[in-house]
Amino acid sequence: MNLRRFFTRTQSAPAARDRLQLLLAHERASAGGSDLLAKLRDEILLAIAKHVQIDSDKVSVKMERGAQVSTLAVDIEIPFEAAAKKAA
Amino acid sequence: MGKVIVVTSGKGGVGKTTSSAALGAALAQGGDKVVVVDFDVGLRNLDLIMGAERRVVYDLVNVIQGEAKLAQALIRDKRVETLYLLPASQTRDKDNLTAEGVEKVISALKSVFDWVICDSPAGIERGATLAMRHADIAIVVTNPEVSSVRDSDRIIGLLDSKTLKAENGERMEKHLLLTRYDPARAERGDMLKVDDVLEILSIPLLGIIPESMEVLRASNLGTPVTLADERSVPAVAYFQAARRLKGEDLPITIPGERRGFFGKMFGRKAA
Ligand SMILES: Nc1ncnc2c1ncn2[C@@H]1O[C@H](COP(=O)(O)OP(=O)(O)OP(=O)(O)O)[C@@H](O)[C@H]1O
Ligand SMILES: [Mg+2]
Repeated sequence: MNLRRFFTRTQSAPAARDRLQLLLAHERASAGGSDLLAKLRDEILLAIAKHVQIDSDKVSVKMERGAQVSTLAVDIEIPFEAAAKKAA
Repeated sequence: MGKVIVVTSGKGGVGKTTSSAALGAALAQGGDKVVVVDFDVGLRNLDLIMGAERRVVYDLVNVIQGEAKLAQALIRDKRVETLYLLPASQTRDKDNLTAEGVEKVISALKSVFDWVICDSPAGIERGATLAMRHADIAIVVTNPEVSSVRDSDRIIGLLDSKTLKAENGERMEKHLLLTRYDPARAERGDMLKVDDVLEILSIPLLGIIPESMEVLRASNLGTPVTLADERSVPAVAYFQAARRLKGEDLPITIPGERRGFFGKMFGRKAA
């Protein structure tokens, strides 16, 4: 093994601890039935489906669970026609 | 049409998830389109090993139950753009995995990806049999240790009887991946010899992965070991195994031993 690489590397255990703390905090919350991000995801999709017929192939949902903030990105293609029809 | 690989073992904790991530990443690093599928419903870990645990939106069970589209459940790796993960469900029961559902998902994945790598749960129950059911190729992960070898033998029996290939009278391509190999213990004669394991299981050898700190380090960081440090000993061993999977005929060296000794043995077993 390359000695210089060996000595200049940062430790990996702190990263492991941080990742686990974050993951488990989110998992415990969701086991208690309060996975806010998932709830928001489902309700947003339902709300949109009320107004436009969504083609589920055209829906992309991204989440990133963070320590301080989580992000939820719902990306939906709404064809002009579908929007017009439901609104009528 | 892509190839479906099951990474299986019978015994738990031998290195299936580590190997699924490392081989998947190695193949994708070479430019192939790869998806790694976690079949360990209820005890998923592949997301953690691949560093995607914070980005899981939907999972395999959601797709099978029609709650999400396959494309929505796939997570693209942030480092290798041809590498994807299909996570298992953490909260749902294994019984949600139906044979028809799994079949649909696998055939859809096969039409898009070059490699569909199924990380099997331990054991010989439903999760494990469903993970192997549609495989073209099986990688039997074994540690050089008596109970692991025995369980691998059992799994080989299932691969030859309970899979679609077997039921259609076709031959399942099987490879042995010997993991957590410890050269120091081998030297002292306290570990089963590679040769002995090969003779007992009599399937060709795909590679030998040494016991290594690098594996622990990579999993701490959430990086497949082939991405964490491409030049580390286990990474090199996984890269070579990936090349053998693609049909290259590379000689195998036993970690800690000089080259040459092994050439003749592999030549015999590869037949
Ligand atoms: N080559 C290796 N060197 C050192 N540690 C290893 C090696 N391979 C695997 N391990 C460690 O062994 C443990 C089990 O590995 P892994 O989770 O990959 O096994 P598994 O077969 O998927 O387990 P399970 O049956 O529970 O799904 C992990 O802690 C992993 O870091
Ligand atoms: Mg596993």
